[in-house]
Amino acid sequence: MRAKTHRRSKGLNGWLLSLPALVLLLIAASGPLLIVVIYSFLEPGDYSGVRWTFSTDAWFRILFQRDIFDGTVSLADANLSIFWRSVKLSLATTLIAFVLGLPTAWFIATRTPAARAVWLFLITIPFWTNLLIRTFAIMEVIRNQGLMNTALINLGLIETPIQVLYTDTAVLIGMAYVYLPLMVLPLFAAIDRFDFKLIEAGYDLYASRMGVLRRVVLPIIRPGIVAGCILVFVPSLGAYVTPRVLGGGKNMMIGNFIELQFGQGQNWPLGSALSMVLLIVVLAALLIYTRVSSRDDPNG
Amino acid sequence: MARRRSFDVTRLPGFTAIAILAFVLLYAPIVTLVIYSFNGSSSVNLWGGFSLQWYRIAFENEAVQSAAVRSFVIAASASMIATTVATLAALGTTRRGKFPGQTIIYVMINQPLMVPEIVTAVALLIFFASIKIATGYTGLGYLILAHSAFCVPFAYLPIRARLEGMDSAMETAAADLYASPVQTFRHITLPLLMPGVLAGAMLAFVISLDDVIITEFVKSAGQDTLPTYMLGQLRRALTPEVNAISTVLLAVTIVILTAFFLMTRKRD
Amino acid sequence: MTDTPAVEARNTVKTYGVGASAVNALDDVSITIAKGEFFTLLGPSGCGKTTLLRCIAGFETPTSGAILLSGRDITATPPNARPVNTVFQSYALFPHLTVAANIAFGLQMLGKSRAEVAQTVERVLALVRLESFADRLPQQLSGGQQQRVALARALAPAPQVLLLDEPLSALDLKLRKEMQSELKRLQTETGITFVFVTHDQEEALTMSNRIGVMSAGRLLQVGTPREIYDRPRNRFVADFIGETNFLVGTVVPGGVRLATGDTLAVPLNGHSGEVTLTVRPEQIRIAADGTGGTIPARVTQTTYFGTDTHYHLQLGDGSALVARLQSRAGGDDAHAQGDAVGVQIDAGTLQVLGE
Repeated sequence: MRAKTHRRSKGLNGWLLSLPALVLLLIAASGPLLIVVIYSFLEPGDYSGVRWTFSTDAWFRILFQRDIFDGTVSLADANLSIFWRSVKLSLATTLIAFVLGLPTAWFIATRTPAARAVWLFLITIPFWTNLLIRTFAIMEVIRNQGLMNTALINLGLIETPIQVLYTDTAVLIGMAYVYLPLMVLPLFAAIDRFDFKLIEAGYDLYASRMGVLRRVVLPIIRPGIVAGCILVFVPSLGAYVTPRVLGGGKNMMIGNFIELQFGQGQNWPLGSALSMVLLIVVLAALLIYTRVSSRDDPNG
Repeated sequence: MARRRSFDVTRLPGFTAIAILAFVLLYAPIVTLVIYSFNGSSSVNLWGGFSLQWYRIAFENEAVQSAAVRSFVIAASASMIATTVATLAALGTTRRGKFPGQTIIYVMINQPLMVPEIVTAVALLIFFASIKIATGYTGLGYLILAHSAFCVPFAYLPIRARLEGMDSAMETAAADLYASPVQTFRHITLPLLMPGVLAGAMLAFVISLDDVIITEFVKSAGQDTLPTYMLGQLRRALTPEVNAISTVLLAVTIVILTAFFLMTRKRD
Repeated sequence: MTDTPAVEARNTVKTYGVGASAVNALDDVSITIAKGEFFTLLGPSGCGKTTLLRCIAGFETPTSGAILLSGRDITATPPNARPVNTVFQSYALFPHLTVAANIAFGLQMLGKSRAEVAQTVERVLALVRLESFADRLPQQLSGGQQQRVALARALAPAPQVLLLDEPLSALDLKLRKEMQSELKRLQTETGITFVFVTHDQEEALTMSNRIGVMSAGRLLQVGTPREIYDRPRNRFVADFIGETNFLVGTVVPGGVRLATGDTLAVPLNGHSGEVTLTVRPEQIRIAADGTGGTIPARVTQTTYFGTDTHYHLQLGDGSALVARLQSRAGGDDAHAQGDAVGVQIDAGTLQVLGE
C-alpha cells in the first residue's frame, strides 16, 4: 500500500518537473505538426494559405497529375524525379560517409587515450560548426574559380574549369562533407567498446586482415554502423540548406520542394502533405534503427 | 639491420591513410574559408595579401550589426529558457526509476532531434502565421519560442548524463546528515549538477546561434540573424565579407566547445 | 533501571516487487542492539543485512514491523530527522566540498553555531588523525584517507548510533587490518553504538561484541563471536563462519551413532532422529590406527599451509573429514597419504545442528 502511493508520487513528480519542457515543446514543436496534418487535407487558398474545405487533392498530387484539358491522370514525373534524386543522393551520401567514416572512427578509437581526446575534438568541431558555414566552405573549394579547379589547372591536368557547382555532384559532395561527423561519432562509440582481444583470437584462428574485418569486426560493431547510416541518411533526406546553396535552385531535393510550396508555389496543402511524407519516411527509418539496435546491442 | 615491427592487431590495411585523408578533407575547406577572410583583394578569386578589411566592412555594415545582436539575443534567451526547463525535466526523469508515461516524456523531449528540421520549420510557419494575423504581434518572441523548443534536447542530454553519472549516495548521505530535501537540493544536487547545466546551456547557445532553416521560415520581415543574413548574401555577389562573418562565428563555436569539453571531461 | 536498547527492530519485513515476483529482503527480523555495543550484521551478499541497515537509517521503509531508536518508534521518521549517521560503502563524500566542509555538513544542517561547528570539526579531524588535510578535496585523498573522512563526517554530529555499510570493502588487505583496529579504537573512545555490516567473517569475529548472522532475509543466530563460532545453531552458520566438517548420524540412547557404527557422546539438546553434527578441523586429533575410542579412517590427501597442515580423511562409510594440525618443524607430515589412522573427537567440541 505504502509502496504503491510512493510510486505514484514518483510519477507525479516526474510529470510535474517535466511539465514546463513539455508545454514549450507542445507549443513550438509537436503541436504545430498536427496543424500540418490538418492543412494537408485542405484546399489551397487563392493567394496563399488554405481554404477550409476538405480535400485529398494534396495527397493525390504528390504522385499524380491531372491533365488540365482532358482530365486524364498520369504520374507526376517532375515530383518523382525530385523524390528519386533525394533518395539517390541520400543513399550515395551515406555510402561515401561510411567508406570515409569507418577508417576514421577506427583510427580515433585505436589512439592512446590522450591522443584520442584530441582527434575526437577535431571531429566534433566540424560537427558543431554552422551547417551553412560548412556548406559555404565546400562551395569555395568546388566553384569554378575555387581551390579545386585552380589547383587542377595549375597542375596542367585540365584547361578549363570543371563545372561542379550547381550540379547533383556538388550536392552530393556537400552532403557527404557536412554529415561525415555524424557517421564517425556512433562508429567510434561502437569501436571504442570493441574488445581488441577478439581480433587476436581471429588471427589466432588463421583469419587474414580482411577476414578479421569482415567476419569479426563488422558484425560486432553493426549497431554502430546502423546508427551512423541512419544518422547520415535521415538529415540527408530532409536536407534543405546544402542543396539550396550547392544545387543552385535547379537541383531540388524534397526539402527545397516543400519550401517551394510555401514560397513561389503557393500550395500550402501540397507542402503540408509532402512534409508528412518526409516525416513518415524518417520516422520509419528511426523505428527500424531502434528495432535493430535493441536486438543487436550486446549490453541489452 | 632490418627494423622489426611487431604485429599490431589494431592495424587494418589502408585505414590510417583514409582516416588522415578524411581529416584533411574535413579541414581544408574550413581553413581555406578562414584564410580568404583575410584577403586584401576585393575579388574572391585572387589573393591580395593579408588584410582585415573584410572584418572592418562586416563590422561597419549595419545589417550585419543588427543581425549579430539579434542572433545573440535569441541564442541567449533560448538557451536560458531551454536549459531551465531541461534541468527540471532531467530532475523529473532521472534516477527515480520507471514511472507511467516516462517514454512519452522522452519522445516529446527528443522530438526536435527526430523530426526533419524542414518539417518543423513548415509547421511553425503555418502555426505562427495564423497567430501573427490573429494577434498582430510580429516581434522576436516567435523566434525565441521556436529556438527554445528545438534547443531543449541539446540542453537536456548533458544535464541528464551528469545526473545519471551522479552517485545517488550523495543525496542519501545528505539526508543522513540531517539535510531536508530542499537543503539537499541546494547544497548537494545543484552544485554537483552545475557543470552539466552549463554544458547544456552552451550546447543550446551554439545550436541556436547556428540555426538557419527554422529561423528562415519563422522570421518576420527584417528579422535576419547572422546565418539567414549570410544565406541571403549567397544569392548575390560573393564577397569575402561572408568569410569574415563565418570566421567570427566559427571562432565563437570553437571557444564555446573548448569550454564545454574542459567542463565535461572526467576529472580523474 | 532497565537499560533501553539503542536500536530495536520488531518483526521487520521488507518486500520488493508485488505478486508472484515479490521477494522478501527482510523476513520477519527482530533484533535488539544494546547501547555502546559493537554489533555486526554478517552474511553473504543479498542476505538482507544492508536492507536492515538502510531501514535503521531511514533510506528504506519496512513493509511491516517497526524500528525503534532508544525506545522511540522511528519507523515513519525521515532519515534527516533520525539521530543516526551512516558510513557508506562508497564513502559518498561530497566531491565539491573540502574535507572540513564535508565534516561540517551535518552540524550545519543541525543549525549549530559557527564556533561549535569549527570546534567539532577540529576535534573530529584530530580523532581520525587528518588535521593537516582539512582543506583538501576528497579526490585528492587516498582510499584510506577518504575512509577516515567518511568516518569523521558521520561521527561529527555525535549520533546515537553509527551505521557502517561494508566500509572497509574497498581497501586493500593491509589498510583493512589497520582500519579494523582504528574502528575499534574509535568505538571505545566515543562510546557510540556501532552497527557494522560485512560479509567478511574474520572482520566480524575480530571486531564485534556480538554478531547477527543473516541469510535470505532471515536472522539465523545472534551471539558473541565465540558463541557463533563454537556453537553454531544450524548448518548455514557453521558453514559460513570458518571451515568445518559435517557428519550425519542417528540419535541413540547415550549419543549419536554414525553410519560407521561408532557412537559419539554428544549433548543432544532435545534433538532426535537423523541429525547433522559439526566439528571444526582444528578440534580433530589423529591417533595411531586402532587406538581406543577412535574412529578408523584413511588419509586421502595432505595439504601443507605453512603453520599447519590439512589432512583429508575418509571414514569407513565413505564420509570425508578434514583435520587441521600444526605443522611439525623441519620434518615430514605426521601422517602420509594412504595411512590408516584413528580419528579422535572430543564430545565437547561436537555440536548438533538444527535446520
